[in-house]
Amino acid sequence: MKLEMKLNGKDVSFEIAGPELLLDLLRDNGYFGAKRGCDNGDCGSCAVQVDGKSICSCIYFAGQAHGREVTTIEGLGTMEHPHALQETFVECGAVQCGFCIPGMLLSAKELLDECPNPKDADIREALDGNLCRCTGYTKQFEAVKVAAKRIIEGKSKGRKPARGGKSR
Amino acid sequence: MKQPLVTVNKSVRKIDGLSMATGRAQYVDDVHVRGMLWAKLLASPHAHAKILDIDISQAQKIPGVVCILTHKDLPRVPHTTAGQGYPEPSPYDSYVLDKKVRFVGDRVAAVAAETRDAAERAVRAIKVTYEILTPVLDAEHAMDDDAPKIHDEEDSLRIADPEKNLAAEVGFSVGKNFFEDSDYIFDRTFVTQYAQHCPIEPHITMAWFDEQDRIVIRTSTQVPFHARRIVAQALRVPVKRVRVIKPRVGGGFGAKQEVLNEQIVAALALATHRPVKLEYTRAEETISARTRHPMIIHLRSGLKKDGTITDFDLDVISNTGAYGTHALTVGCNTGSKVLPLYRAKNVKFNMRAVYTNMPVGGAYRGYGATQGAFAMECLIDEMAERLAMDPLEFRKRNHIRLGESSPVFKALGEGREGVAQSIESCGLDQCIDLGAREIGWREKHGKPKGKGPIKRGVGVACLMQGSSIPGIDMGAATIKMNEDGSFNLLMGATDLGTGSDTVLAQIAAEVLGIRESDIVVYSSDTDMTPFDVGAYASSTTFLSGMAVKKAAEQARDQILHVAGKMLETDPADAILQDGMVVMANGRRLSLKEVALHSLYILDQFQIMGSSSHITHTSPPPFAAHFCEVEVDEETGQVTVLSYVAAVDCGTAINPRLAEGQTEGAVLNGISYALVEEICFDPKGRPRNATWQYYKIFNTQDAPPIKTILVPTWEPTGPYGAKSVSEISINGPMPCIANAIYDAIGIRLREAPFTAEKVLKALKLRARGRRME
Repeated sequence: MKLEMKLNGKDVSFEIAGPELLLDLLRDNGYFGAKRGCDNGDCGSCAVQVDGKSICSCIYFAGQAHGREVTTIEGLGTMEHPHALQETFVECGAVQCGFCIPGMLLSAKELLDECPNPKDADIREALDGNLCRCTGYTKQFEAVKVAAKRIIEGKSKGRKPARGGKSR
Repeated sequence: MKQPLVTVNKSVRKIDGLSMATGRAQYVDDVHVRGMLWAKLLASPHAHAKILDIDISQAQKIPGVVCILTHKDLPRVPHTTAGQGYPEPSPYDSYVLDKKVRFVGDRVAAVAAETRDAAERAVRAIKVTYEILTPVLDAEHAMDDDAPKIHDEEDSLRIADPEKNLAAEVGFSVGKNFFEDSDYIFDRTFVTQYAQHCPIEPHITMAWFDEQDRIVIRTSTQVPFHARRIVAQALRVPVKRVRVIKPRVGGGFGAKQEVLNEQIVAALALATHRPVKLEYTRAEETISARTRHPMIIHLRSGLKKDGTITDFDLDVISNTGAYGTHALTVGCNTGSKVLPLYRAKNVKFNMRAVYTNMPVGGAYRGYGATQGAFAMECLIDEMAERLAMDPLEFRKRNHIRLGESSPVFKALGEGREGVAQSIESCGLDQCIDLGAREIGWREKHGKPKGKGPIKRGVGVACLMQGSSIPGIDMGAATIKMNEDGSFNLLMGATDLGTGSDTVLAQIAAEVLGIRESDIVVYSSDTDMTPFDVGAYASSTTFLSGMAVKKAAEQARDQILHVAGKMLETDPADAILQDGMVVMANGRRLSLKEVALHSLYILDQFQIMGSSSHITHTSPPPFAAHFCEVEVDEETGQVTVLSYVAAVDCGTAINPRLAEGQTEGAVLNGISYALVEEICFDPKGRPRNATWQYYKIFNTQDAPPIKTILVPTWEPTGPYGAKSVSEISINGPMPCIANAIYDAIGIRLREAPFTAEKVLKALKLRARGRRME
């Protein structure tokens, strides 16, 4: 069957047999940012956004995404033009091994879209489906808060969030 | 001329951070290799059994199945899967595939197929006839005369006593007339549980052939060079035919200091002459990878009324599971990284690592010190209480100090005698003071608090670890200069997410007067980089960092020599600063000009340095941990309200990354102390192999964690640095246990401290009170 979706802003179509999981479809097509950590929907390292909501792509049939808008970490920002969250995660030291980070960033993005100025409890709740074994989460809470502030400031000045930047 | 530090001790961005945050970073599975086969291992459903027959005929008929290997197809080479230096201190008691299985999850056969589905179906279609043997599921009784023998094979090597299921044994005694001078004797037993590392990326390995028909192994490992050596050994191929590449690694925590699947994947590749990939499922990772050794720790101590500790007698039974990988050395560390922290004239230690038919113990961050610190720090608290002394004051009076030594350093090393050393940097007192202030110790400790059934308490634990294994570990690095004044840094050091690529680039940049972003790091490829033992024993910053520093200093000297000739100036007293050579007389040259000159203009040569480093000491980092907990006396639930870790790691090369190491270790330790445990049914089958049932802490569970870095200067480390990665996982278990005591007056000595256990202890106490 033919699967059509909007992937990171572009219309794409795939030929699928039926039972493929979205994670496998994405990875088979070079979208390696979504990771396989548990295959059970427990860890969130496979998280991507479908119509703006984070889902675990390891327990989501590719076919379910038909006609929908899918955003992977590759669609959030690039090394040349990172999203504010991607920048602050690096600045704040929220990235260690990095394996859980794409999924966590997409959960954080969903949070900031809905709640531009989140409280600690909001951040804890929004990220609780993304397990990280390296960081203790402290730096990630900080990174989300800094990004939220930066996005709000950027908007009030009528420009997009800061891009690029120096290495320190 | 001593210059102020420019790049070192600065929280520069992790050099691979943005590539990870944008999904560009490439882990093992993030490449497509044409014609890749999927591998799957058949796991034993029995804890202890002989394989009488394996029938693969039905499995072979499944479309897409390319190869099935059993013990009959492979050379029988006893080896250890422990990723340690040669000769490994672990017994050679493992075989790539064997005719006996020794735990539920042990490997029976391996399949390679065109699809994952075909591989999984084939594994299910293999028919194995087992002779089921009685399993050994109790470490305390593993050495009994009538216990079944787990390693009854004749060809294993260096098992301490296979007749008694004894994988390894070590001990020492210094001093005499034990317990004769003490006014009080304490005698306690502590028990720790099975726990798993839970790297978010499970073990994954690929193998293929290069154009010279050499085996290329791309694998998620902490020990690429040991992996090359052990694969060559186990499959009887020359080392020169194997290349191991470590790309980005999704966490290891010791689980990947194990040459676990590289052998079988290479064997499948050799058998099929096709690329092969094996990725563990989460359940396989939990059961069939490695675990933290559960221990029964019997600690006795003697104390005088004046507050002097006279004696320690530490006896450890460590459950190494079915194989003795890291059994001896983890057990050694239970003594060697714990006993030297406090002065005592008499010290005795004995450790026996026993085989059981249970999951295999291995290297796990903390490496035995975690279990030992639980016993020691809980007992220290009890000793202070007996004297009615503040636990902080008691620790301060007894802990090892600058310039002091401990006989334990010499008596006990890793698998052999240790190395005498004295302490050349110690910020423990300051850690205690700053941590106490942050948690509010004086206002909170020993004071009644809490309303109704909710009680509050605070606890403390002091810790030490080591930095590298003295006389054994070696790291090497090469650095070479490019036309634009940038450098390639090639090193064996293995970044598994820790940030070592960044930290080591900072060290090189500091020497060369450039920014870390002008250093292109390539690490851990056995064909391309110099040797390094790998990422373990808290060694990388301290040991490999020194190799990088020495290599960069060679390049710096060459730069100064070339610049001197170019400017016809004596380069003595010249410095490298902001990408320039600055002569004592003020004349300047850019590194770019020096590079172009040396490569193209006159007396051409490659400016490059290459150096190795070994260490003769293992300077301990120190830490004081504090926490405040809440205990619900109606449910037994323990909640950590806040946690403070004050750490002396010498100079933090990158303070933010050092904080990250500390916070991650602390949360892992809290999760281990409160909930993590692999549970088994009566036949030795794990009951909670996935994260749905094996809980690890998430963002909602995590308390606020505050890290305080206490700077000291370690003269034997690069720019005064010592280690930071492991120490902080050892704190939470004793720290929380002591806080629970402060809250409800109950000392828990069996981990984890689940609500069920706390409630049981409360009920027992209530019953005892009623009996009185």
